[in-house]
Order: sequence, then C-alpha cells, then structure tokens
Amino acid sequence: MPDSDLTQHTVIPQREAAPSAEPAPLKLHVPEPAVRPGGTPDFSNIRIPRAGQVDRPSVDVDAEAIRDLAFSVIRVLNRDGEAVGPWAGQLTDGELLEGLRHMMTLRAFDARMMVAQRQGKTSFYMQHMGEEAVSCAFRKALLPGDMNFPTYRQAGLLIAGGYSLVEMACQIYSNTHDPLKGRQLPVMYSSREHGFFSISGNLATQYIQAVGWAMASAIKNDTKIAVGWIGDGATAESDFHAALVFASTYRAPVVLNIVNNQWAISTFQGIARGGSGTFAARGLGFGIPALRVDGNDYLAVHAVAKWACERARRNLGPTLIEHVTYRVGAHSTSDDPAGYRPKTESEAWPLGDPVIRLKNHLIVRGVWSEERQKQAEAEIMDTVIAAQKEAESHGTLHSPQHASARDMFEGVFAEMPPHLRRQRQEAGV
Amino acid sequence: MPRKTMIEAIREAMDVMMSRDSDVVVFGEDVGYFGGVFRATQGLQAKYGTSRCFDTPISELGIVGIAVGMAAYGLKPCVEIQFADYMYPAYDQIVSEAARLRYRSNGGFTCPLVVRMPTGGGIFGGQTHSQSPEALFTHVCGIKTVVPSNPRDAKGLLISAIEDPDPVIFLEPKRLYNGPFDGHHDRPVTPWSKHELGEVDDGHFAIPLGSAAIRRQGSAVTILAYGTMVHVAETAAAETGIDAEIIDLRTLLPLDLDTIEASVKKTGRCVIVHEATLTSGFGAELCALVQTRCFYHLEAPIVRVAGWDTPYPHAQEWDYFPGPARIGRALIETVEA
Repeated sequence: MPDSDLTQHTVIPQREAAPSAEPAPLKLHVPEPAVRPGGTPDFSNIRIPRAGQVDRPSVDVDAEAIRDLAFSVIRVLNRDGEAVGPWAGQLTDGELLEGLRHMMTLRAFDARMMVAQRQGKTSFYMQHMGEEAVSCAFRKALLPGDMNFPTYRQAGLLIAGGYSLVEMACQIYSNTHDPLKGRQLPVMYSSREHGFFSISGNLATQYIQAVGWAMASAIKNDTKIAVGWIGDGATAESDFHAALVFASTYRAPVVLNIVNNQWAISTFQGIARGGSGTFAARGLGFGIPALRVDGNDYLAVHAVAKWACERARRNLGPTLIEHVTYRVGAHSTSDDPAGYRPKTESEAWPLGDPVIRLKNHLIVRGVWSEERQKQAEAEIMDTVIAAQKEAESHGTLHSPQHASARDMFEGVFAEMPPHLRRQRQEAGV
Repeated sequence: MPRKTMIEAIREAMDVMMSRDSDVVVFGEDVGYFGGVFRATQGLQAKYGTSRCFDTPISELGIVGIAVGMAAYGLKPCVEIQFADYMYPAYDQIVSEAARLRYRSNGGFTCPLVVRMPTGGGIFGGQTHSQSPEALFTHVCGIKTVVPSNPRDAKGLLISAIEDPDPVIFLEPKRLYNGPFDGHHDRPVTPWSKHELGEVDDGHFAIPLGSAAIRRQGSAVTILAYGTMVHVAETAAAETGIDAEIIDLRTLLPLDLDTIEASVKKTGRCVIVHEATLTSGFGAELCALVQTRCFYHLEAPIVRVAGWDTPYPHAQEWDYFPGPARIGRALIETVEA
C-alpha cells in the first residue's frame, strides 16, 4: 500500500509461526496505540511523502483512477517553507496573509476563552490548537450560500468567513446578547448567513444532513453546495456510512471532510479506523473520490478544498477528504490528555504547526518577517481582547445578565402550544 | 361526496400538496417507482418526476437525516418509514436533530418535516410490523404527533402536517387503511365505502393539529382513544349498551385538553384506551392530566385498557389486542364503581 500509515500508532499482532493442525483458541484483538504516558513519542511509522509529490488530477476523474490518493498525503509546503508541486500556486500573497491572520485570530480567541472558562465566565470550551488550518483554509474555497455542517472544532469557518468575534463570545458566555438565547452549549454556534449550520453536539448526525442539504440544492436546480465535517472517532457512527451511501447514490454536491486529529477524547484513531488503511479509504467502496491532505498545511487544505468544491459545483458528485492533523490541546476544558498520551507527543508530531509553517512560507516569499509576525500577534490579541470586553459588557454565564428564563420556553415550536404556555405561567417567567 | 380508503386519502393529501407546493418532496423505501408497500405513494413519481418522489436505500437514519438537511434548506419533505417498528435507527435524527433544530439555532434553521409511519397491529405482523411507538414521540420536546382514525381526518391532518412549520410524526394505523375495524377479527371486514368517515372531499382541506373530535356523544363515561381503538371503543359501547362519550384525540401533541376536560367533567368517569403497551404509555399522561384537571368531578378511578406489557406476539395477536370485550369490562367496571 503506497505511502500508507497503516501501521500508524498500531501494534501489529504477531502471526503464529507455523499453523498447527487444530486452530488455537480464539483471541480478541484490541488495538493499542504504540506509546502511552511515560513513553517516548514516536511517529516514525507514519509515512509522509515529500511536499509536491502527489499528482493533481482533473476534477472529473474517476474515483477508481485515484485510489492512491486515499493512501498518500497531499502536501504543498516543504521543509524550507516553499510551496511546491501541482497543488501549489493558487493563492495570492494577500490571500495568504489574510489566512495567517485568520489562524492567528482563532488561536488568540481560543487562548482568551480557555482563560475565561477557568475564570468561571462560561462552563465549557473547546480549542483548535494545531488544527487551525483545516477550517480557516477550507472556508476560503466556499461561496456565499454554501453551507457547512460543522463539528465543534471548526470555528475557523466563522472567523475566516467574517463572523463577529463579539457574537462568538456572547454565545460562549450565554449572555443577554447570545444569538442562541442561552439554549446551546458554548461553541455550538449557528449562523445561516455565514454558512454555518447549527452544531448539534451529537457526533456524526450532521454528516448525513449535509448530504440532504446538498440534494435539496440539486432538486431545486440551485448552485449551492454543502460541506460535511466529522472527526476520526465519529466515522464509526452509522450516520457516517449512511452519508456515504446517500452521497454516492444521488451524487450529491457535497464535500465530506474527516478531520483526523489522531485522538477521539482518550481513544486513539486506530479504534475507529480498524483494519482500514486510512479513513479516506472508506470512500473507495462507495465509489467516492477520496483524498488525504496535510491538515497542517494551509495551502494544501485550500487547494484540495477548492478541487473538491469544484467537483461538487460541476455536478460531478461528492468527495471525501481526510485532513491529517493533530489535536495539540485537550479534547475540551473537561479533559486532560496527560492521562492517555505522552505529554510531549504534540512536539513530535511530524507535520508541524500550521501557523508557523504559513508564517515561514510568507517570510520565504519576502512578504513577511518575524518582526511583523510579533506585531501582528500583539494587534490580533488587542482585537480579540476588545471583542471579549465588549461581549462581557453584555454579561457572562453566572452574572446577572445571562440569557433569560423566559427564552427557555420560546422557539420549541413556531407557535407555542397550550401545554408550554401553561408551564411558562407555572414557572412564573 | 366521494368515498375513499385511508390509503387513497393519504395519497391524495400528498398529491394535493405536491401540486400546490414545489418544495414538497416524498421519498422512502420502495416509495418511488413502486409506490410504497402499502401503495400510499402510487403514481406520485410518474406525476411529479424522480427528483420529487424517489426510492431510497434501506436506511431509516439516512432517510430522516437527509430530510432534516432538506428541510433546513427550505424543502418540505414528507418521508415514509415503511413500518413504525423500523423507525429506531432514525430515532436519534428525530429526537436530537429534527425536534431541536429550531430551538437550538434560535430559529436560524427550522425543520418542516413529516415522517409518515404505518403503526399498530391487527394484521398478524408480529413484533416487527405491529408496534405503536407514539409515546416515544410525545415524550420528545419539539415534535408533534398525529394519529388519524379515518380517511377524512387522515387527509385533512396530513395536509396540516405538511403545511406545519415544525416536524410532525404521522402515525397511520395500518389496520384502518382499507376499512374501519370494529375489533372483531373474525367478522367480515367493512370497507370505508360503507362508512361516512370514508367521505373525503377532493382537493385541499386542512384539519388543524391539536383538535380532538367527539365520535359519540354520551353521558355515562368518557372514552379517550385514537387510531384503531376509536372504532373498537365504539363497538364496546354498542355491545355493553353503555352511553359512552368517545373522544378521538387525533393529535396527541399538541393535545386538545379542553375537549377532554369538558367531557370528563360532564360524565365524571374516564376510560383510556390504546393499543400500545401499558407501562409509560400515552395513557399514563392522559390519566395524570385528567386527574389533575377533573379530580373533584371524578366518581370512579380512571381505568386504562392497553396492550399487555409484552412484545407484540404473533400467534397470540388477539389475546394481546385490547378488543371490545376488555374495553367493555372496563366500561362496566367504571360505570358501576
């Protein structure tokens, strides 16, 4: 299997040396990651091709003809910070600088909200550290009217789409200006105008909805496309497989993303992946073109997103993309990765940091410098802090200015039925 | 007025809505070319094309999952789950997604969706073609649950359901598709053509969700029933000679509590009948509401007659089914209490 990371993190069971006449008693195989806390992080078994090596097929290619792309990794930025190969050269310097700014904004916002959660201003938060390129770069391949069906770790879709940081923070604080009226967990944003479908919080359920949304666009002979998002762990849900069946059957104009950040809370990706070579390879049985991309490479994510979106727009059907990345932080503010993986594992992750890689590329291109990076970091942090302060002026979760109890009863139905009216009266709100 | 079967009435409701509103789409297992295993969608694909009426893979979660996405887009899907017994793979999509989308997005996304499901027993369908899961829906916030008992209501209520801005579960008592069922399985089947509720207007008409119908006026006891059991209760009242007032709930949520309350306050007695299993069934909710609203008017304990708390059996179908004899005993017990 070319360029496969089949053995990634997985202990391959030893075969019996010589088959005996009678089979030995059966044994259950439970995959284990190669390294646990206390061990030395080791990603040496991950096969990562050099940047620029993977072909860029035409968008009307047959899935069967690009089977190898489901086992390789499309990469654009090389170790010297240069953009190389057939997937390079699609973004202007201005667009790249904007992309850098988006990723830095997301990182700064995450940092402030992590602290805000510890200060008790909200109950919960989920950060993106290490995965910023995936959602920030993908967003730039979309057009107004397209719809994402995101998970909880794609806030870059909002930031790169120009959504207000103040509104994001108000949602996280469940305050009087929360666009979702305090009904949803922090970070489960929703904005139709910004092509960001309401996040459920249930895993995988929205993957199949993305397919339905895309089918609706085709039924109406519209031009909009849909984008589904799922994590490596949740690909094990039936919803994932249903989504692939329906997308394949009806050739839905949808891009189906798998963000493989190696960890599903404490469970390593081998538990969901099973005996399959890669997550992308799951698409092949459905006849869906499947690609793997370096999820820490802004240029590569954008190029692959653009390729897949063009396929959808031309009515060529769905594309499955596995973004190979690494969740540097904890799953959420309720999680501590020290309990299940080496503390230094993220430093050993071979695909580097998406912000540093894009910064280095811009320096190589001569349009950026370390000094300007430092300046930008300070400016962005100021912007984020100003947005945070504005949001806090409308209250935080435990302040008197949180979303009202009356709002709890609104919006269950378009029109409030009698039983809810009676209950609201009983609650005295 | 033309007389129609319940299947014809249901098909007409979809036909009327598809012709009036190009956003209405219909799909499910065997629903397209063939027209559904009960023929409820027969002819719709030929009339409206494959993009508005089509077959799906055998995946209930997929059917409802794409319907949620389509509804959020702006379409009005009216999908079929082949038997209510098969809805469990779709339950997460109904409960966690369709039901909550408006609420959690503060109206940014909505889910005008109808999920039709043949429900109930009486056809020797065994445990996988006979269940009545209505209580699993009424317990969920954000969806409406409808159970018609006759062709006229089926058409008017389904049109309302398709026009409703929120998700509606539409449970079709399959034993009633071709005729009312008096509860005596060993007697000849009466067709809808011989029943006045088989009279169904052509074209568009809507029966609002949340309004019950009084099927029989009476003064001795109130019977609360829906679907197949409305007809069985009528038989029980006739055979016992008890002057029962029979209320056909039609919509379980929102519930027409005012009609229920007025009737029980008048009769002072209440028998609740459903085919679904007893424990935590919708009858428990009705019982609680009636005793809260009508306690000082009650002259006898409220009695529930329901399916036994067993899986729906095959050979023992008529021992399981709450037929006229069991309902009759409950009526006598209640009026004599």
